[in-house]
Amino acid sequence: MSTIIRVRNLWTQFGQFVVHQDLNLEVRQGEILSLVGGSGSGKTTLLRQLLGLEKPARGQVEVFGEDIHRADGASQRRLRNRWGMLFQHGALFSALTALDNVAQPMRELRTLPEDLVRDAALLKLGMVGITPKDALKMPSNLSGGMVKRVALARALALEPELLFLDEPTAGLDPDLSDSFVALIKSLHQQMRLTVVMVTHDLDTLFALSTKIAVLAEKRVIATGSPSEVIGLPHPFIQQFFLGERGRRALEVLHDKEMESDHGK
Amino acid sequence: MTIAAAGSWQVHALAQPGRLKSLSAVLGRAPRDGSTEWDLSGIAELDHIGAQLFWNAWGKTRPRRLALAPEHEEVFRRIEQAGELALPAEDPRRWRIAEQANQALRTLSGHLLGFVVLIGQLALDLGTFALRPLRGPWKEISSNIYHIGYQALAITALVGFLIGVVLSYLSAQQLHTFGGDIYLVNILGMSIVRELGPLLAAILVAGRSGSAITAQLGVMRVTEELDAMLVMGMSHGFRLIMPRVLALAIAMPLLVVWTDAVALIGGMAAANLELGLSPSYFLRELPAAVPLPNYWIGLGKGVVFGALIALVACHFGLRIKPNTESLGQGTTLSVVTAITAVIIADAVFAIVFAGVGFL
Repeated sequence: MSTIIRVRNLWTQFGQFVVHQDLNLEVRQGEILSLVGGSGSGKTTLLRQLLGLEKPARGQVEVFGEDIHRADGASQRRLRNRWGMLFQHGALFSALTALDNVAQPMRELRTLPEDLVRDAALLKLGMVGITPKDALKMPSNLSGGMVKRVALARALALEPELLFLDEPTAGLDPDLSDSFVALIKSLHQQMRLTVVMVTHDLDTLFALSTKIAVLAEKRVIATGSPSEVIGLPHPFIQQFFLGERGRRALEVLHDKEMESDHGK
Repeated sequence: MTIAAAGSWQVHALAQPGRLKSLSAVLGRAPRDGSTEWDLSGIAELDHIGAQLFWNAWGKTRPRRLALAPEHEEVFRRIEQAGELALPAEDPRRWRIAEQANQALRTLSGHLLGFVVLIGQLALDLGTFALRPLRGPWKEISSNIYHIGYQALAITALVGFLIGVVLSYLSAQQLHTFGGDIYLVNILGMSIVRELGPLLAAILVAGRSGSAITAQLGVMRVTEELDAMLVMGMSHGFRLIMPRVLALAIAMPLLVVWTDAVALIGGMAAANLELGLSPSYFLRELPAAVPLPNYWIGLGKGVVFGALIALVACHFGLRIKPNTESLGQGTTLSVVTAITAVIIADAVFAIVFAGVGFL
């Protein structure tokens, strides 16, 4: 399995305030990595740095083997066609319909015929549960959950190898979040996706992640499979995972492991 | 006939220039009667867009004879499951022009009604403010005066000075041919104090602060701050609109005085260069050339224009819908309407005060 993302000795500073100090992180192909940390620990900032939206004070961020803060224009464009990002609030283009939002990345390639673009966009919308009737609505006329699903369809439009998710299930009702999790899971299996996500939702976290990276004390204090990470004696980890909510979510994880054991 | 596909059928491979055209030519030639044998087992990588390309070539059904690698089965199953992906047809529109005209009429009456309501609300808020001045939004008023008045001093001075220079040169040349050099003071004084000073300041403030007010309120709508205020029991009229109207009504006359002064200095400088009229002569003649009522008219125009700009800007700002397009449109409309309203008000002033302030 090759390394998709490699972060080396990354420093982030806002004025005098140091957010990340000598942070190291690695994501391998096919993993679903969750970034976990208290609020203000710089999860979203790290995500934005991985995407090249913000420049770290020091250090290197390599995605697909390329340093994204030093890559030239052409290779940066190529890189941006290989990943997809789901923003926390969707970030749909409010001037375009849901369908056009999803079709936009495909049209941007300028070579695909319009009927194929339309069919492919409708398929992507269908995959996230948006009917053709809703596809013609403007984002302002969609509910919060629908905006998020359209945004996921847009992130998946160009069949990315790498998918970034910022709080994918925040603001969704439990039923929707479950179907969201199932969708990402099946896409992951089928499209050999690598996923990096930031989430506070422990249910989503345990249901999806194959690996968890814990951000605390300005760096990644632990990476590993969910059961490995929970076992660590660090106070933040204990507090985060083994509170009341954490325990409930963990039961789900145990059930899942039992199932896979039976499967063997 | 057998069609065999191999290699990578992913979107980035397909999107290479020219590739899709040759592929669709081949796919389009295949008969759709089921006699063709499709061998896709050689495909290394396939994604939904590549699969959709096949699916469309098959006439949106699965061909009878199809060889497919097991790992690609899922992609086609998904497309098959999605079924007929047809957009709902738009309902045919008759009476389109009538409908548009009706819509335009309704929008216009909506604006007019909204503006009247805004003015009424402002009157009520002013009443509340007058009854309990201590509980008024003093901080908002003073910060708005700072932003709208003080920070506009530099730009109004620059534009006023240059207009003064231009006007002075233009009139000096014409007056010189008639030998009426000394009347330059009358022309400059009257036109700047009565007309150009207030108008220039108003147009600059409309462009500068009118757009800012509209955009500010619009973004507050987008971020739901306006709703948050209502929920907490803070009325938009009292906390947002009245302070801005008052601030502009106070700042504009001051800006008018400032613009007048700088424009006259510009005209004076140009007159000194072009006609040799000394500044001291200019200043000595000015009170006689421009009677006092003109200054009052100028100040009055400042107050009215300021209040108008603020009201128009608030009106459009509050009507912005939470999306980016509406924000852009609303800001543009606000500035255009504010400037138009100012010029209409100026015309009204010209008619009403036709007999006042002339020698």
